[in-house]
Amino acid sequence: MCGIAGIADFKGLQEGVRDVLQRMVAQLHHRGPDGTGFYADQQVGLAHARLSIIDLAGGAQPIHNETGTVQVIFNGEIFNYVELREQLIALGHTFYTHSDTEVIVHAYEQYDLDFVHHLNGQFAIAIWDSVKNKLVLCRDRVGIAPLYYSLSGQRLVFGSEVKSVLPALAAKPAVNLQALDQLMTFWAPASPNTMFEGVKELSPGCMLVMDATGVEVNRYWDWAFPTSVDQYADGSDAALAEELRDLLVSATQIRLRSDVPVGAYLSGGLDSSVLVAMIHHFSDARLRTFSIGFDAESLDETSYQQMMIDQVNADHSRVICSEADIADNFVKTIWHTESPILRTAPVPMRMLSQLVHSQDYKVVLTGEGSDEVLGGYDIFKETKIRQFWAVNQDSTFRPALLKRLYPYLDVSPGRAQQYLKNFFGGNLDEPGLPCFSHIPRWTTTAKCKEFFSSEVKASLSGDVTALMESALPNESSQWHYFNRAQYLESKSLMAGYLLSSQGDRMLMANSVEGRFPFLDHRVIEFANRLPPKLKMKALNEKYLLKNCMGGYLPDAIVNRHKQPYRAPDIPSFFAESTPQYVEDMLSEEALAKTGLFDSKRVQMLLKKIRLGRAIGYKDNMALVGILSTQVWHDLYMN
Amino acid sequence: MSSKDKVKNYILENYLFTDDQSALNDGDSFLEQGIIDSTGILEVIFFLEEEFGISVADEEMVPENLDSVNNLVKFIETKSAA
Repeated sequence: MCGIAGIADFKGLQEGVRDVLQRMVAQLHHRGPDGTGFYADQQVGLAHARLSIIDLAGGAQPIHNETGTVQVIFNGEIFNYVELREQLIALGHTFYTHSDTEVIVHAYEQYDLDFVHHLNGQFAIAIWDSVKNKLVLCRDRVGIAPLYYSLSGQRLVFGSEVKSVLPALAAKPAVNLQALDQLMTFWAPASPNTMFEGVKELSPGCMLVMDATGVEVNRYWDWAFPTSVDQYADGSDAALAEELRDLLVSATQIRLRSDVPVGAYLSGGLDSSVLVAMIHHFSDARLRTFSIGFDAESLDETSYQQMMIDQVNADHSRVICSEADIADNFVKTIWHTESPILRTAPVPMRMLSQLVHSQDYKVVLTGEGSDEVLGGYDIFKETKIRQFWAVNQDSTFRPALLKRLYPYLDVSPGRAQQYLKNFFGGNLDEPGLPCFSHIPRWTTTAKCKEFFSSEVKASLSGDVTALMESALPNESSQWHYFNRAQYLESKSLMAGYLLSSQGDRMLMANSVEGRFPFLDHRVIEFANRLPPKLKMKALNEKYLLKNCMGGYLPDAIVNRHKQPYRAPDIPSFFAESTPQYVEDMLSEEALAKTGLFDSKRVQMLLKKIRLGRAIGYKDNMALVGILSTQVWHDLYMN
Repeated sequence: MSSKDKVKNYILENYLFTDDQSALNDGDSFLEQGIIDSTGILEVIFFLEEEFGISVADEEMVPENLDSVNNLVKFIETKSAA
């Protein structure tokens, strides 16, 4: 990956644009430490910070067409550039580099705005066509590569991270309180909002076109599912499993294309183990793996990691994350996320990319997306059980299945039907609700908002769930409920948080590029046509993935109970000593200064924490959410 | 401080994060109001055992004993008398 930034103004750019571009791209040094490149004319200025991975000698950007009338800057990878290049050469195009960037220029010349449909990759692209007087920004289908912009009149400013947009704005943006409200419900602002008022993200799968008449944003791709039973993929389980394996192998192989060595993250879970097995069995790449371990035994997966390492004889490195590490690395992590977070989980991911960087690796394959695409998450199981329960709401057997999912229900008073009903039984009489699957999680997360100050509460515009509902495609009402849950998960938590705060930002913080075979659009489009029962057979998650790849893995990994990736939250800041910045950020004075939270309530939460009474996830989420918001405000609003 | 005051203050401070007594009625269901979740109930049980020296058996972990200030107070009184 790299970093891009730019300014466009069809009324004409002011003098000194090069200096502004320099300041913008300087904010992206961590994304592209290997060099910078610039282009500027009367209307458009482009800047690029390069992390060189393909065509090390010749790939400096901007890259242009044969006549220099089309300029492109690009963050990401086009994995099918080899094939695309051959096609474009056959069509008469002349290349002057061997980079994947140049295929974008010629594909644009050849196919105009349809060029994006020919790309298999992860990308944030800016194309300036000085003949047609048109600026095109586009972002990959699922949101791996970030891209933000701010439009003021006819002046457009854009960049890979918000911090690169800020130097070109006339005034510092205010806190987007509606986005904070959304974040404290969905874990991330609802796209295209950001925490910065007036700065938007270009949503995944979207293209922005700007010309003298104005700016238009259109979606060119979206997750789509069958609207009737006959649209599901036909074939035996074995045949579909083989097709899935072939696609995953191809997705992995093209993601090993690189002029620098490629490593892999290995968590010990099914998905990363599948990736490692695919690299081992279906490529010649040398296996170099990286993992994170925790002091806290309940969070640590080292024994499973070791099983896989032994099986494929990988050259492995591991970093151990302690509670103190979380506290020590928290502020810098928030500088990178540019957004509050509700769990500390991104912090160890940054330590992991630091480990990769220290071993002179720039690229890793990683397993994100498998749970969304192939049906792995507990929220899908929970939805399935709640749908099953909704059929007979008086059943005691049906909701008892939830105990398999959440073993703590067995130790809490789960025998009382009323408890289950209150925690998971909301909206049981309305199983057709568009967001049925996610209402329990969003309701729980939204408890954090009780800490908002009365001023913030008064300024919020209302039901954020309705916002998410309105963003669902019209045809989603005809989708299977399992597919609707997949859509919501992919568009909210995955794109907004997992690929961003916990993904790209933590990888690029140390100049490491992540590649995601499970998010190859061919894999997604195939998987979206699979019948839901092949994703989750009864309550066996990722059934078809286990079916097609299980034979390459140790049984213990295939059969293990799925463990969500977690890092220590409250104990990181309060177990032994509390760092001074935590005291400062959560002081009555600091809270009064930001005005975002009710200081008295926060002090009571702190008292509860110090008495050792805060053990629930709500308190953990509230503390991390409040602290990270305060830190974020200090970094970006002061 | 009476048992009721102790219990009510505990709930107000630890789940509603306020000392405003009007934020909670003695008969309000913790579950229906979304005040306490399943892990929260565990915390309440720890509190009862620590503060009042009673031991809560599995079969006693039911809403009739735990789901409002009134229910908690009644439960504490019954257990303390036993």
